[in-house]
Amino acid sequence: MVNRMSPTDTEQKKTIQKEMTLNMGPHHPSTHGVLRLVLDLQGETVVGVDPRPGYLHRGIEKWMESRTYHQIIPITDRLEYISCMTNNVGWVVAVEKLGGITVPERAQFIRTITAELGRLSAHLIWLGSSVIDLGAMTPFFFVSKEREFVLDLLEMASGARQTVSYARIGGVRNDVPRDFIDKCREFTALFPKRIDDYETLIRNNRIFMQRTVGIGVMTAEEAINYGLTGATLRGSGVNYDLRKVDPYAAYDKVDFDVPLGKNGDVYDRYLCRMEEMRQSNRIIQQCLDMMQPGPVVCEDARYAVPEKMSVMNSMQSLAHQFVLMSKWVPMPKGEVYVATEGAKGELGFFIVSDGSGRPYRVKIRAPSYVNLSAIPKMVTGHMVSDVIACIGTIDIVLGECDR
Amino acid sequence: MDPLQIAKMIEEKFAGQVLATTSHAGQVGVLVRKETIRDICLYLRDEPSLKLDHLADLTAVDYSKYPGDTGPRFEVVYNMISTVHHHRIRVKARVPEEDPRIDSVSSIWQTANWHERETYDLMGVSFDGHPDLRRILLAEDWEGHPLRKEYPLKGY
Repeated sequence: MVNRMSPTDTEQKKTIQKEMTLNMGPHHPSTHGVLRLVLDLQGETVVGVDPRPGYLHRGIEKWMESRTYHQIIPITDRLEYISCMTNNVGWVVAVEKLGGITVPERAQFIRTITAELGRLSAHLIWLGSSVIDLGAMTPFFFVSKEREFVLDLLEMASGARQTVSYARIGGVRNDVPRDFIDKCREFTALFPKRIDDYETLIRNNRIFMQRTVGIGVMTAEEAINYGLTGATLRGSGVNYDLRKVDPYAAYDKVDFDVPLGKNGDVYDRYLCRMEEMRQSNRIIQQCLDMMQPGPVVCEDARYAVPEKMSVMNSMQSLAHQFVLMSKWVPMPKGEVYVATEGAKGELGFFIVSDGSGRPYRVKIRAPSYVNLSAIPKMVTGHMVSDVIACIGTIDIVLGECDR
Repeated sequence: MDPLQIAKMIEEKFAGQVLATTSHAGQVGVLVRKETIRDICLYLRDEPSLKLDHLADLTAVDYSKYPGDTGPRFEVVYNMISTVHHHRIRVKARVPEEDPRIDSVSSIWQTANWHERETYDLMGVSFDGHPDLRRILLAEDWEGHPLRKEYPLKGY
C-alpha cells in the first residue's frame, strides 16, 4: 500500500497552496472593452483583485476645459457610448442648472423619451453580453433585433444611431418627425411581450441561476459605502433612483416604479434591470400620451440654438447659430454638481465656471468607474468564473470609466 | 433639510473651522479648514439628522488661473447626498501648492479610495492615511499631473 503522506504528496500540497497571479485583460472578450484585472488565485479561488482601468483614458476632462459649453455635447457621447442620449441630457441639465435656463415642456418630454430609449439600448446590450459571458449565446441575437429598433428610432429623431448629440442647452436640436410618434408607439406596444419572451429563456434557467444566485453579494450598507449607484445599488434593496430623488426632464410628470432587489447578488441585479426595462417602456408610453405641440428650445437667445429649419431659411438665425457655436456664450460664475440617472448609475457633472464661455473645470462622476471599485469586494472568495459574472453585473462601459 | 441649514449645523459644531459658505443655483458649498476634514466628514455621515452616507463625488480644482482668486492653489471638493433624507451638501477644503496634502476619507467611505487615487493621479494632491495611493488612470511611470493648469493640452 502506498503511504498517503509520502514526501511527494506534501510537496504537491505545498505547490497547490502557492498563490498564482493571473493577468486578465485588457484584451479579453468578457471584460467589456479594455479592462485589466490582476487576480491573485489560490487554485481556482480568487483571494485578491487589483483592477487596472485607464487603457481608454483620453483626458476628456482636460479637453472639456478648452471647449465651449455647446461643443462639449458631442464629447459626452463618447463617455458611455451605448446610451449616448442619457449623457447628453446629463450634461445639458447641469449647464442649465448653472445658467438658470428653463426648458420648454415639449423638449422635456422629448428628452425623457430619447433618454429612456438610450437606457433601453444600454440595458439590451447588457442583457445580451452579460448572459453570453455565462454561456448563453442565443439571447444576444434576439436582443440585437430590439436594439436595432431603438437605434432606428433615435436615428429618426436625431439623424444618428449611436452618437446622437441630440440635446441642446435649453432644449433639443429639432422636433421629432411626425412618424416618430407612431413608430415609437409601435415599439412600446411590442416591447413588453419581447421582454417576457427573453425572460423565459433566462430567468428560471438552472445553469443561469447556479452561476448567479449568491454570487457577488453586496449588502445595502456596503453598497452605499462603496458608492454604488444604478441597478447595481438597487439590487441590494436601496431605494435610490435620481429620477425620483431629484427629478429632471419630465420624470416628475410620469408614474413609474423603482424595482428593488433583496439579496444584492448577481441574480437580483439581473431582475432589477429587467424590470427597469419594463418601467422605461411605461415612461415612454406616458410621455407619448402627454406630449403637446410647442417649442423645443428655450426663448432665451443668449443660450438657445435656433431651430435647424429657421437656420436654413432666415439670415438672423444663421448668424445667431454661427455666433453661438463658434464664439462662446458666457455662463454665470459659480459651481454646480448635477447628477442624473444614467444607464449605469449616477452620472454627475461638477462644473466650475469662471464667468467665461468655457468651463473652468469639469469633473465627470462616472458610475462605471465607481461601480468597478467594488469588484474586489464582490469577487474575493469566489471562483475565477464568477469574476466574469460580476463584471457583467456591474454593467461596465470603459469609455465612461476611463474618460 | 435645506442645505443652508446643514451649513449652519457644521458651523455650530465646528466653530472656527468654517471659512466661507457659498451658494449658487440652490446648491451650497462649505469651505472648511483642511485639518478638520476627516472629523467633519465623519460627523456628516453619522449625525442621524444628516446621514450623508453617499459620497457621490470627490475631486480637486486647480485655482491657479481662476480670475481674481488669491487663496491656496488646490481645492478638494466633496459632494455628498443622503440616501435617506435626499439632501445634498458640498464640502471643500483648500490645499496649498507647496504641500498638497489632505487627510484621506477612505476609511469613512470606501468609495473615496478610488476617487482619491484619481485625484492624486490627475491633480497631484496627496491623501494622508490612504491605504494604497497609486496612479490609477495613467501609466505607473507617467510624469506630471495633467489636470493642473500649467500642463499643456497638446504637444506634450
